[in-house]
Amino acid sequence: MSFKKLTARWFAAIAGVLSMLLVSVANAEYTLNLTEGVTPISRDLHGLHMVVFWICVAIGSAVFAVMAWSIFFHRKSRGVKASNFHESTKIEIIWTLAPLLILIAVAIPATSTLLDLEDAKTDADINLQVTGIQWKWKYKFVDEDVEFISSLAQSSRDVVKDPLGNENYLLEVDEPIVLPINKKIRFLFHSNDVIHAWFVPALAVKQDAIPGFINDSWAIIEEVGTYRGQCAELCGIEHGFMPIVVEAVTQADYEKWLNGKKAQALAVAAAAEEKWSMEDLIAKGETVYKVNCSGCHGVTGAGIPNVFPAMTGSDIVLGDIAGHIDIIVNGKAGTAMAAFKTMLSDVDIAAVVTYERNALGNSVGDMVQPSAITGLR
Amino acid sequence: MTNATTTTDHDDHDDHGPAYGLSRWITTTNHKDIGTLYLWFSFIMLLTGGSFAMVIRAELFQPGLQFVEPHFFNQMTTMHGLIMVFGAIMPAFVGLANWMLPLMIGAPDMALPRMNNWSFWILPFAFSMLLSSLFMEGGGPAFGWTFYAPLSTTYAPASTDFFIFGVHLMGISSVMGAINVIATILNMRAPGMTLMKMPLFVWTWLITAYLLIAVMPVLAGAVTMMLTDRHFGTSFFDAAGGGDPVMFQHIFWFFGHPEVYIMILPAFGIISAIVPTFARKPLFGYSSMVYATGSIAILSFMVWAHHMFTTGMPVAGELYFMYATILISIPTGVKVFNWVTTMWRGSMTFETPMLWALGFIVMFTIGGLSGLMLGVAPVDTQYHDTYFVVAHFHYVLVTGALYSIIAAYYYWVPKWTGNMYNETLGKIHFWWSTIAVNVLFFPQHFLGLAGMPRRIPDYALQFAEFNMISSIGGFCFGLAQVFFLFIIVKTIKGGKKATDIVWEGATGLEFEELPSPAPYHSFNTAPEVK
Repeated sequence: MSFKKLTARWFAAIAGVLSMLLVSVANAEYTLNLTEGVTPISRDLHGLHMVVFWICVAIGSAVFAVMAWSIFFHRKSRGVKASNFHESTKIEIIWTLAPLLILIAVAIPATSTLLDLEDAKTDADINLQVTGIQWKWKYKFVDEDVEFISSLAQSSRDVVKDPLGNENYLLEVDEPIVLPINKKIRFLFHSNDVIHAWFVPALAVKQDAIPGFINDSWAIIEEVGTYRGQCAELCGIEHGFMPIVVEAVTQADYEKWLNGKKAQALAVAAAAEEKWSMEDLIAKGETVYKVNCSGCHGVTGAGIPNVFPAMTGSDIVLGDIAGHIDIIVNGKAGTAMAAFKTMLSDVDIAAVVTYERNALGNSVGDMVQPSAITGLR
Repeated sequence: MTNATTTTDHDDHDDHGPAYGLSRWITTTNHKDIGTLYLWFSFIMLLTGGSFAMVIRAELFQPGLQFVEPHFFNQMTTMHGLIMVFGAIMPAFVGLANWMLPLMIGAPDMALPRMNNWSFWILPFAFSMLLSSLFMEGGGPAFGWTFYAPLSTTYAPASTDFFIFGVHLMGISSVMGAINVIATILNMRAPGMTLMKMPLFVWTWLITAYLLIAVMPVLAGAVTMMLTDRHFGTSFFDAAGGGDPVMFQHIFWFFGHPEVYIMILPAFGIISAIVPTFARKPLFGYSSMVYATGSIAILSFMVWAHHMFTTGMPVAGELYFMYATILISIPTGVKVFNWVTTMWRGSMTFETPMLWALGFIVMFTIGGLSGLMLGVAPVDTQYHDTYFVVAHFHYVLVTGALYSIIAAYYYWVPKWTGNMYNETLGKIHFWWSTIAVNVLFFPQHFLGLAGMPRRIPDYALQFAEFNMISSIGGFCFGLAQVFFLFIIVKTIKGGKKATDIVWEGATGLEFEELPSPAPYHSFNTAPEVK
């Protein structure tokens, strides 16, 4: 068999395997380019991206064309004798100044877009505080007394070993943030622990959430829809598992949702006053633990040796219940253990304490009522 | 020895050969031996860091968590970056400098040979320490090679102290190496070799050495502040104690951006040596190349915060850093234009070193152009921390820096061993690597533009196709470098004998004045440069 035939066969075989592999996973739309998005800024950015992209393509093509010409025509095998020129001040000046002009042409629209992008303060309709927490997002409407935490949906966690066919895998949350369309929303970013970045491509918002700082950004969403994003700054073990889902709705739907949230908050407060049974607390606690604690302390409570303590057999869990509650409510300074009083309700804290003491291989046998947590805040 | 006159003085009583056995390598002060040690060390690190990349690409082959836990995945991305930057690329350039600088300027050895020995032998200890952290309880560093605080301080595993000490050692080694390069170039040039007659590899290394001396102490400062934050109660980067996590990034990138040029300026020097040889035509615009290298080096100190456009910098800062950043594309463009013009109306042949050099020019230009896109601050909102950035810096570091190192290997290995490498195998190595590396990194542009963040162990389903393609390219590229090991060993063992000039169009003292292989002691009497 000739060498050419052999290589052709190899290519066919490889192409066959590749296309088979690709077909087997092709269950979502992929894109090649930046998409336009649904905010005025995202469209400006897309336009600017395309301008710069085509300039790059033009420069690259010109350089490669000259190179290709030399490679084909100025080769020794064609009997070409090398010429000896090696200097020309004129041409050097030209190819220094021409790129400078191109860069100025890029810098002008880039400057005006940047000034626009950075103007979050002017005429904001809604101020939304976004707090990054390992590994979830907390949203708080500054003027509305509504706040909640949004984390990766259980439906994604359940299929991490084999996610094919799971729609919106890793891009689904338990509680999406709902925002009205055609309003200027100013986001205020902050972090409780390490640096995170709130990134939703369709809104063209990517801003770091940094402990000790408040950064801002803005968006006017022009179309009703669901927009998904992820944390973009490495923030620890579950960095890949803290998605963002924004539901953009009409003003009326937004108000309805907001009122529902307020009613929900009242119900949660009322639930804290009730007396809970141990079974109910453990059942509730399991959900709370999976969402908030399992990232570090492990789904089975095994932790990660020397980084995150195990829950199973832990001195704190098996010890005095007041100490156990205290570390969850107030956290432990200088470590990754956060103060959960700002993130969890009284019921959640009581439930997770009860769960940890009576599950994950522990059986202390005691429990705490939500009402007992209220006084500790 | 037809067309070269050796200047090695055979009557010289000091002209003895190397010692035998292991003690030759441990106690050596010979620049060629130390160069060889550096090159082997960096190759071992290339395969180590490469195997970490294989773990990363295997996990990302399909959506879902199949092979490793996220915590280990983070250790792999971190170690891959650290090993490749500090263990593979930088020592490889130092190895080339050790071998070639004395030969290129007509010096008998490096200026400070004992320090030279020490600066190499620190490295195996530094990297053993760094790598050993992977086996410690709690795992190794898992905060990315950029180790942003507070993830690398308050929230880091216990082994981080080994990382800190390892970085200190690497810094000491680099600074000593840089001092040696500067002392050699400024003091030991052959009579007649004025600064503006030096080969560009010598020029680019001289400028690189100054960059190293300027920024390695900054890195040492950053890790020392981390250390005191972790153990001695300071709050440099801890907001709760009045510190500033963003200050960490400013300090890191004040080191990190010149570091990028530390890894690419010597590459420019190598390409500027290879292209004229195989075009049989002198380098176009020698002096503008020197000035362009100088301006790139100076500008590299003034653009660091373009890595931080999303940290909430004041808009005036963002504007300044955008303008300064895109300005760098001008001197870099001048270099590419000069190489292309050198080829123009030359008489070109395409031996393996030339192929790698041409691959460098094309793909480094692609990486440079995506760098220009990233420099445009408003659009960086969309690109930042996505795979677009990953694609960009792998185009400049793999098909840029690494390609130039491989090109340099094929170009100078006949002078080192006296044997020609096998031309067919070299060409297979080139085409295999070049196809694989583009399958590997080009689709990552698409992933980034579609919004896939970097450093994630698992991803949403719309990213599946290009990740799989990228992984296949990754495995092929990794395998190609194992094939390279075979070529290296084969060339040391034997092969067609190299002539003294090696390449028809070669110029420079190392080809014109020395036999192949270069003797253990060369230029004991300095050559005369006209």
